[in-house]
Amino acid sequence: MNYLKFVFAVFLLACGGTQTANDTLVFVRGSDSVGLDPALETDGESFKVCDNIYETLVTYDEETTEVIPQLAHAWDVSDDMLTWTFHLRTDVQFHDGTPFNAQAMLFSLGRQFFKDHPHHDIPGAYKYWKDMDMDNIVSDMSAPNDSTFVFQLKRANAPFLSNLAMNFCAAVSPAAVEKYGSDFFKHPTGTGPFRFVEWRKDERIILDRNEQYWGKTAPLKRLIFKPIQEASVRFLELKQGTAQGMDNLNPEYIEQIRNNPDLQLLTQPGMNVGYLAMNMDKPPFDKPLVRRALNHAINKQALVDNFYQGLALAAKNPIPPTMWSYNDQVQGYEYDPQRARQLLAEAGLSDGFETELWAMPVPRPYMPQPDKIAQAIQADLEKIGVRAKIVQWEWGTYLDKVSQGEHTMALLGWTGDNGDPDNFLYVLLDKTAAEKPAGNIAFYRSDQLHDVLVRARASAQRDERDALYRQAQEIIFRDAPWVPLVHATQTAAFRHNVEGFKLHPTGNKWFRNVRINTP
Amino acid sequence: MHLYILKRIVLLFPTLLGISLLVFLMLYFVPGDPAQIMLGERANAETLAELRAEMGLDQPFHIQFYRFFSGLLSGDLGRSIRTHEKITVEIFQRFPATFELTFFSMFIATFVGISTGILAAVRRGRFIDLLSMIGATAGISMPIFWLALLLVLMFSVYLPFFPVSGRMGTHIYLEPVTYFYTLDAMLAGDWAALSNVLWHLTLPAIALGTIPMAVIARMTRASLLEVLGEDYVRTAWAKGLARRWVILRHAVRNAFIPTLTVIALEFGYLLGGAVITETIFAWPGVGRWIFLAVQARDFRAVQGGVLLIATIFVLVNLLADILYAWLDPRIRYEK
Repeated sequence: MNYLKFVFAVFLLACGGTQTANDTLVFVRGSDSVGLDPALETDGESFKVCDNIYETLVTYDEETTEVIPQLAHAWDVSDDMLTWTFHLRTDVQFHDGTPFNAQAMLFSLGRQFFKDHPHHDIPGAYKYWKDMDMDNIVSDMSAPNDSTFVFQLKRANAPFLSNLAMNFCAAVSPAAVEKYGSDFFKHPTGTGPFRFVEWRKDERIILDRNEQYWGKTAPLKRLIFKPIQEASVRFLELKQGTAQGMDNLNPEYIEQIRNNPDLQLLTQPGMNVGYLAMNMDKPPFDKPLVRRALNHAINKQALVDNFYQGLALAAKNPIPPTMWSYNDQVQGYEYDPQRARQLLAEAGLSDGFETELWAMPVPRPYMPQPDKIAQAIQADLEKIGVRAKIVQWEWGTYLDKVSQGEHTMALLGWTGDNGDPDNFLYVLLDKTAAEKPAGNIAFYRSDQLHDVLVRARASAQRDERDALYRQAQEIIFRDAPWVPLVHATQTAAFRHNVEGFKLHPTGNKWFRNVRINTP
Repeated sequence: MHLYILKRIVLLFPTLLGISLLVFLMLYFVPGDPAQIMLGERANAETLAELRAEMGLDQPFHIQFYRFFSGLLSGDLGRSIRTHEKITVEIFQRFPATFELTFFSMFIATFVGISTGILAAVRRGRFIDLLSMIGATAGISMPIFWLALLLVLMFSVYLPFFPVSGRMGTHIYLEPVTYFYTLDAMLAGDWAALSNVLWHLTLPAIALGTIPMAVIARMTRASLLEVLGEDYVRTAWAKGLARRWVILRHAVRNAFIPTLTVIALEFGYLLGGAVITETIFAWPGVGRWIFLAVQARDFRAVQGGVLLIATIFVLVNLLADILYAWLDPRIRYEK
């Protein structure tokens, strides 16, 4: 009997204390971070945590990709756009108590840039630094005094400023990197509004408020990231109130969240595109008429309704509408099979043709069900006499083969990095990106577009760049190397009493202004 | 006996070597470039070449093989390609989660399974026998995915007795020493944390233990029935021994050997990590870790994980063999 009493007592003890305090937020997500060194990581789950620990010279505005000051309070650009001078804040320190200054910035970026830097050779690679082409943009960097940091560029490059707002350019504590070496990724030390406390792999990451923060201290005292792979379980935790927020919702939960007074739904058109690329090196896709015909043949709205449960926008341009310079004047190719057949006939293909349609074997953020989307497109094309055979490869092989141009038509997509149109248009559609292994898998080589994109890169004037990118979208619309399909919507859900969280186009998750109100 | 154990341990090495070789070959020949998979849409010629070089994929087959083999012999499992963490650390942090869950599942499974099996055998053909065997058949047939979700819905949502997922409450802080949370809580003398950890263990342990429980119950019943028909049991009855004494002392002990084999096999099997249970209960064990490593073609992690599982499996079986001899002194391991 005593034994039973003990069990009961233990049970009661366990049941009590499940409530998290009102200043602690538990955020559940699909998987754990890979690492927490901002220069080393490439996955969103790592950056979600880094966003709150680290800061950059410049950052994005709360809801747009406009670049605003952060660790640098101001900056000057020389007339030739080759010298960028950043004036740093002097009231900032790292979580380990060491001061933030230009030397620390030189260390953070220098370890990625200088080949002879003691921390240049590491397990893994500074992938984003390479990916954003920083080695070919930056010629030198220096710290003339504690509050001044200078970049010398090889050539004028306007998107460079947006790159500096990305996680990989964050300030890391030199003392902590020296101390932990290649284990720094699990001892992250930055200047941000939250400091790192604990990481239990696949279980939780705990961050606490940085009480010494140079800006306004965060309302939340503690922030916990908890990975739960199974979507239904993630949602249950939110419904039960044991978690206060989650992202990447399954479409089937959307209605439930809307109808639940305890929950709130946040959505925002994501900075991504899912597209169908037509390989212009292979006939009949060398003919503009054929490419336009296919653009008219595919019912994008049906894709959005059937495979995204409405959580996407039908695309007409390669860049999403949340991005500056989006050209809404471009009329797009409306769904019109009749017109498509007509264009095919004009191209001398009134009997249609046989081709291949390659589809990704794995769900991607911009296309959660690529195989079903491929089937829908196949059916649409069948209506205009284009008989497409669906081809799938294992993911690694798929990427390799499409970058080598082995496909005729292939589905793929892109998620933006730095919020600059250059990061979509140049990387995916410029003629220089058509060199194998190609990012431009339509193998679209337009000198006119190249000229526009290069001018936009070299311009310091935002208005001028804006006009040039609008022009670029018109050229792309006319030449139709792709069928731009969709821009998938970003989603998140919170308990009703959570306030101050904003979805950001880049996918950044900032919790510095989030508070939990007393229910 | 000692010689036998020694021989079994020595034999462990060629077994593991063979297994790692097999895994190496499988990972080598499976289609898909690991570097390409890791970089995804952003792969370009330069980053691909660099990552391939870092992973040693640019080397010819025999060099890759030699590197893998020499690393293995020196006991260096290297760092995970996906997470840059030492494989040994990855395992050290996750294996306790798997072990703790397996231990509690098998504890429940063995206790309930054997009791049910004995009860069913002794009451053969009666209602209780029928009921427990229907239960056992259901236990074996239920997909664990479905059962686990059902348990969560039943006991965490409609009757909110247990937590939905995780190893302990988010508000609990334990100094990680052994990563066995029950032990860590006891070491810290934190009884609230201990009860919280046990409370979190309950549902996943039941979900994971259901299949072994059913198998153990059926096995116990079958072998006990067989033993109950043996001459020596009849002799024991004839001697006028008490019913409880005959069944527990004479029959069950002998009937236990096949059951023990099943327990050992299930134990070894569960220690390899239970991907589905771990996924549903967000349990940070080795199963899901290896699963992710395979998906990412993180071959060093797969290698380390498979070696771990193989070692455990062999050791658990060895332990079972030793227990046989203890249970039944007639069993001797001679040449």
